Amino acid sequence: MNLTLKVWRQSGPSDAGRMVTYRVEDVSPDMSFLEMLDVLNERLILEGDDPVAFDHDCREGICGMCGMVINGVAHGEQRATTTCQLHMRHFEDGATITIEPWRAAPFPVVKDLVVDRSAFDRVIQAGGFVSVPAGSAPDAHSIPVRKEDADDAFDAATCIGCGACVAACPNGSASLFTAAKITHLSLLPQGQPERLSRAKAMVDQMDAEGFGGCTNTGECTAVCPKGIPLDTIAQMNSDYLKANAK
Amino acid sequence: MAVTGAVMVIFLLAHMLGNVKIFFGRESFNAYAHGLRTLLEPMAPYRLLLTVLEIVLVVSVVAHMWAAISLARRARKARPVKYVAKKSQAGGYTTHIMRFGGVTIVLFVVWHLLDLTFGVVNPKGFDSTPADRMIAGFDASRWWVTLLYVVAVVMIGLHLRHGIWSAFQTLGLANRARYRALKAVAALVSAALVIGFLAPPLAITFGVIK
Amino acid sequence: MNYVEGAPIRDTKAPAGPIEERWEKRKFGAKLVNPANKRKLNVIVVGTGLAGGSAAATLGELGYRVKSFCYQDTPRRAHSIAAQGGINAAKNYRGDGDSIYRLFYDTVKGGDFRARESNVYRLAQVSVNIIDQAVAQGVPFAREYGGLLDTRSFGGAQVSRTFYARGQTGQQLLLGAYQALERQIAAGTVEMFTRHEMLDLIVADGRARGVIVRDMVTGEIERHVADAVVLATGGYGNVFFLSTNAKGCNTTAIWRAHERGAYFANPCYTQIHPTCIPVSGEYQSKLTLMSESLRNDGRVWVPLRKGDGRAPGDIPEDERDYYLERIYPAFGNLVPRDIASRAAKNVCDEGRGVGPGGLGVYLDFRDAIGRLGRDAVEKKYGNLFEMYERITGENPYDVPMRIYPAVHYTMGGLWVDYDLQSTIPGLFVIGEANFSDHGANRLGASALMQGLADGYFVLPTTIGDYLAAGPFGEVDEEAVAAAEIKVRSRIDRLLAVNGTRTPDSFHRELGKLMWEYCGMERTEQSLRKALERIPELREEFWRDVKVSGTAEELNQVLEKAGRVADFFDLAELMCLDALVRTESCGGHFRAESQDADGEALRDDETFAHVSAWEYSPEGEPVLHKEPLEYEYVKMTQRSYK
Repeated sequence: MNLTLKVWRQSGPSDAGRMVTYRVEDVSPDMSFLEMLDVLNERLILEGDDPVAFDHDCREGICGMCGMVINGVAHGEQRATTTCQLHMRHFEDGATITIEPWRAAPFPVVKDLVVDRSAFDRVIQAGGFVSVPAGSAPDAHSIPVRKEDADDAFDAATCIGCGACVAACPNGSASLFTAAKITHLSLLPQGQPERLSRAKAMVDQMDAEGFGGCTNTGECTAVCPKGIPLDTIAQMNSDYLKANAK
Repeated sequence: MAVTGAVMVIFLLAHMLGNVKIFFGRESFNAYAHGLRTLLEPMAPYRLLLTVLEIVLVVSVVAHMWAAISLARRARKARPVKYVAKKSQAGGYTTHIMRFGGVTIVLFVVWHLLDLTFGVVNPKGFDSTPADRMIAGFDASRWWVTLLYVVAVVMIGLHLRHGIWSAFQTLGLANRARYRALKAVAALVSAALVIGFLAPPLAITFGVIK
Repeated sequence: MNYVEGAPIRDTKAPAGPIEERWEKRKFGAKLVNPANKRKLNVIVVGTGLAGGSAAATLGELGYRVKSFCYQDTPRRAHSIAAQGGINAAKNYRGDGDSIYRLFYDTVKGGDFRARESNVYRLAQVSVNIIDQAVAQGVPFAREYGGLLDTRSFGGAQVSRTFYARGQTGQQLLLGAYQALERQIAAGTVEMFTRHEMLDLIVADGRARGVIVRDMVTGEIERHVADAVVLATGGYGNVFFLSTNAKGCNTTAIWRAHERGAYFANPCYTQIHPTCIPVSGEYQSKLTLMSESLRNDGRVWVPLRKGDGRAPGDIPEDERDYYLERIYPAFGNLVPRDIASRAAKNVCDEGRGVGPGGLGVYLDFRDAIGRLGRDAVEKKYGNLFEMYERITGENPYDVPMRIYPAVHYTMGGLWVDYDLQSTIPGLFVIGEANFSDHGANRLGASALMQGLADGYFVLPTTIGDYLAAGPFGEVDEEAVAAAEIKVRSRIDRLLAVNGTRTPDSFHRELGKLMWEYCGMERTEQSLRKALERIPELREEFWRDVKVSGTAEELNQVLEKAGRVADFFDLAELMCLDALVRTESCGGHFRAESQDADGEALRDDETFAHVSAWEYSPEGEPVLHKEPLEYEYVKMTQRSYK
């Protein structure tokens, strides 16, 4: 396959950035999207050009490090798939592909397609945990958990923190990310003691980071590589309202 | 948005039911309009309850708009650099319907009040009965008013189709098991409102009601 | 490359006495640090996987002042996150005959008698606490309808002791540790440095006193000093270029520590995982593992006939060779990883492999679907099947999966004593980065167990014994400056070459060479060949590598080049270690040492020891042997027939 790429290039946070067009030839349909970019970068290095910087690590869809907006869709149009798991067989020969970074004020561009997602860490710091120091835990079987609750909690806990939800949201909201953690811990008995304070602290931190508000457009869950369900946001809202009513 | 929206949905339902009275004759409609003003009389003076309700409504409208504007401003601040290419993956019309639809609805409401409440742009003027104003307003010769009305009401319907279930979501009352039901309820209520609101003017324009 | 033999290692600091009392004894014997002093003691933890993340969090909880480093953009991305299958623990919730002793026994035996009994016993003891801790943190393990934890049998174990969270156990456990870590960051006990890469260890007055790191965003070289340093930087499987490791996994931290005096133990022990998705082309950048749990229901086969080009569905039953079931009737498809991997290589070497290049075997679910129904199979393996389809474009419900072995885990690593302390005082090494408790072969679902055991429970106790003598005062400025200059000059050197080949192209070539000559099967000849080629390639690298950009910016080419340079040095030591160990054991298979059936043949007489290599800057590496004694588990030749 031969492709035309339009890639966002930005040398650093203070650079304005622009789209640059590249041709990539002899792409195999079995390549992953990132392997296709590897091919481009190998060439750019040898030509003395700056290769396109992008984040990636596990390349098996679980670490959450990779992420770019491909043809206007976070992680590309393939559903429930991270950028690293997207394969070139889903593109037409001769196609033009636009590649942009996650765009959100709380995710400033570091370079090219690399953004700073530390805002997510600070949201977790605000309360996305159960306060239980190592060594203090009771026997694991002392607290049974309904299978349904455990399964639902797992569905929420499967979030990889990639930020696609923010990138796709027309409001630049981080509600799905925040709600996933709140819901995971809300559904389990272990999460109950801190349930309301956690919801309040995390939501307030999310707002303080400068993410937009949620208008329930559902764009987030549609691009989420792990399919985090939208009702996590209802759960978050419920806990948050209760916390504020107290 | 959810709370103020809910207030307005309740208002719209009552408003729509009132409008349908036109099918039972001008007197029935005028009596309903008069009844609104004399609710709770003689305990309360003329128009007291209606005024209170109007105030609640105005506050809701203002608060709803204020919330919408601040959400839009937050959204703009949260994404200072726009995407070169952006494609919706969730039907996508929601944001446009809610935001631009909202603006359309506001403009319509202004016209609507000038037309049928204050009679400023109504052929019968203010010194007429409500039923007269309504029937004259949607006269076949003024087909474009009816058309405008149809567009606006459909827009309200679309706005509510998202707005009603969205309110449940925002208030934390939705969950996976309820989504289907909630979306169905939202669609149903929206459809009922659209039909209920469009029936009288269309009937007038096409001469069913004279 | 030659070596010299140094003094054997006699003392590993493991307490004497009955094995079940040793850890208790060590804990009681360890000096305590009073809470007021903990605030004055600084600890650096490099790496935020299961071991590093849990260690940094726990040390923070205890009141130490911790600095935590990772090269990713957030600690939650460490590659522990990719572990699929599960975590072992001797809970015996099933009442199926499991016990601490049995987990200990299985691990020593599974490690092919090349692990320390004392360490393994402690690991089995601590395993039960890990599950308790994780559950209390809200890790959503799989549960049964009664609300209790579900377990499964995994990777050759005959008891059901593996706890799991669908196919994402590593992710859930890591997020548990990550959340605990973020909690400490919020509490101010841990200071987090993301996108920072450790480039050297500061050793002053014979103690590990800090690290030199590069801020990967600005390129700034920073010095961080402390009273102790903990390395939790994972394994070095990426020396093979293609492995199931994350792209960023590297050996730099432990290799630089090795250059500073930490012994490197058993570098040749690498685990090849039998169930990975085969390579599809030259451009391949990494390999993806399919959980071993698939072997519970999938049947492994190849065509009976060489070069059989028919589609799998067209090959009748009597022309298929279910070779694992044939050769190992007792364990069948569930034989340990090393055996399954080698068997796959053997049938492919015979020309019976399937898929591109004949490098693959079938893993077939037809019978499982027939027996359990498609729904049941989907429930169990749905996400794995989806992942397979996403990568290969083939639907495993209709067509058998193709799998091939891939490098997955390295049992070797920096040598540590019972306290997890390396040969440099104050340098502790935990998780996959140390030479670990797995001997020559790690059992499935034991990596998560070891990482968390080290991080939550073992290190926080043993490091206290060392820190009780601290704080150790000002760090000798000269030592710090020297380390910094070394780092800077190395970066300058890489940038100055300005040759014609990319770091990746060298890495790829090194990886191929290692896979061919030091992979699943090793011979004296192949290893000698590798030892000849590696220095040549390294020389070419330093003469012809092209690193674009500058040192003062985010420069992924520079990062890569530095890592590849260290892989060369490590590769050489791996081959040397493999050459010296003329026996076969666990993941190390020397073709010269096999029995009549082609099974790995140990030589306990000569090789019942840990090979700990000492770096010598100019001369030859020094081999120190730590004898292994088995008081509890009788050494036997493994047999899974």
